[in-house]
Amino acid sequence: MIETLIKYFSFPFVRYAVIVGVLIALCSSLIGVTLVLKRYSFIGDGLSHVAFGAMAIAMVLHLSSNTFLVLPITVLTAIVLLKSGSRARIKGDAAIAMMSVGALAFGYMLLNVFSVSSNVSGDVCSTLFGSMSILTLKASEVWLCGILSLLVIAFFILFYNRIFAVTFDESFMDASGQSSKAYNYVIAIITSVIIVLGMNLVGSLLISALIVFPALSAMRLIKSFKGVVITSAIISVVCALGGMLISIIFSTPVGSTIVMMDIAVFAIFHVIGMIKGR
Amino acid sequence: MSYIEVKNLSIGYDGIPILENLNFSLESGDYLFILGENGAGKSTLMKTILRLIKPISGQVRFDDEAAKCKIGYLPQQTEAQKDFPASVEEVVLSGTLPHMGSRFFYGKKEKETARVNIERLGIENLRKKCFRELSGGQKQRVLLARALCAADKLLLLDEPVSGLDPLATEEMYELTEKLHKEGTTVIMISHDLNAAYKYANKILHLSDEGFFFGSLDEYLKSSEGFNTQEEEGRK
Repeated sequence: MIETLIKYFSFPFVRYAVIVGVLIALCSSLIGVTLVLKRYSFIGDGLSHVAFGAMAIAMVLHLSSNTFLVLPITVLTAIVLLKSGSRARIKGDAAIAMMSVGALAFGYMLLNVFSVSSNVSGDVCSTLFGSMSILTLKASEVWLCGILSLLVIAFFILFYNRIFAVTFDESFMDASGQSSKAYNYVIAIITSVIIVLGMNLVGSLLISALIVFPALSAMRLIKSFKGVVITSAIISVVCALGGMLISIIFSTPVGSTIVMMDIAVFAIFHVIGMIKGR
Repeated sequence: MSYIEVKNLSIGYDGIPILENLNFSLESGDYLFILGENGAGKSTLMKTILRLIKPISGQVRFDDEAAKCKIGYLPQQTEAQKDFPASVEEVVLSGTLPHMGSRFFYGKKEKETARVNIERLGIENLRKKCFRELSGGQKQRVLLARALCAADKLLLLDEPVSGLDPLATEEMYELTEKLHKEGTTVIMISHDLNAAYKYANKILHLSDEGFFFGSLDEYLKSSEGFNTQEEEGRK
């Protein structure tokens, strides 16, 4: 077992993959706390499906690096969704459902009609559920992932207090002359960045799990915002790291393994929470 | 010019007015109760005064003194706050953000402001407690402490006693009265006529037919006040 790991880690691309994986997991858990508490988790889910559609376009167009097309499309969708959803929540909800299922169908259609490889279902599967593709990341993509993740983390630390305020109470923030709107847009943009980055790791269907589970687990037990943020970051990093190592050793799919870990942690925290009686 | 002056104000959403041609003015140190049925536009009016909503027409004007001071706002609690993991201290501290300018982190001054207001509202013992586990009355105190961190000269309270038991309601009114006596201008939305008679010096009563604005004495003599007293009596 240890030998397998040592063998794998002697390859630089494996080390890159693990570093990028941990960074993405960290980012998604940070933004996840805000999304879950603001009742925006469904936006994350919708966006990941849109990202799948965008990915299909990129594949059909034979782009060398998919991220450069997928990222702008997803960011744009996030802004549109927020704009339409901020006034009437229910309408926004339906709009997201429409958009996400539409993007899925559209993407699958594209990939089938303009079949770019002999193995369409394999491509679809790896886009949706992730694959070992994180091990085949190009150096440029690793750099992009790394830099974007560090930017997200830096933003989160610097604006931590304001993120708390906008998450807890938008109207109070607006009333005292600060613009919650601006922060909402930044949060939406960051969410789409994380989703696009995370697609490489766990695929577009599973990225929501990376966003939602650590925050929900932490919320079972922890009673302060700072505590929840820190705990969910730790949970996410541990699960991502553990999941990647397990998937290397037992050659299971990376994405599903990480999500299984997250689910297990959630179950444990949930049970402890119940025992502690709340 | 008055401290706050509302002139020919029409308010509503999406260009559809709920209330039209509203006129009233407040002086510094006033205690205004906004009364009226559900849906009469009380919260909408408050949000318009706070500039969260644009007026359809007309204007809300603050004099130089009022414009300078930040507003302390106690909104109705949102759905999201019911299971929000946050300590009392974190919530109160977030009230100091408007004074932070472009700084990122809380400094000594912000922590001191939070401490003073936590003491002022007698919730020192709750500092480390989780907001979602507090009783309704305790939550309102915490949110009031947060509002006071933002401002202590002008307070806008949107139904601060809704959902509170009689004791907590009484405490909330006493606290507000204390702040008012210390020189705070208060605008409060409420359904509670008895409290209005006891604490307010000005009344704004909104209804479908129009609105009444005047001092408490004028209100008691007016038909609106008379009618509502009658209704109260019949209940």
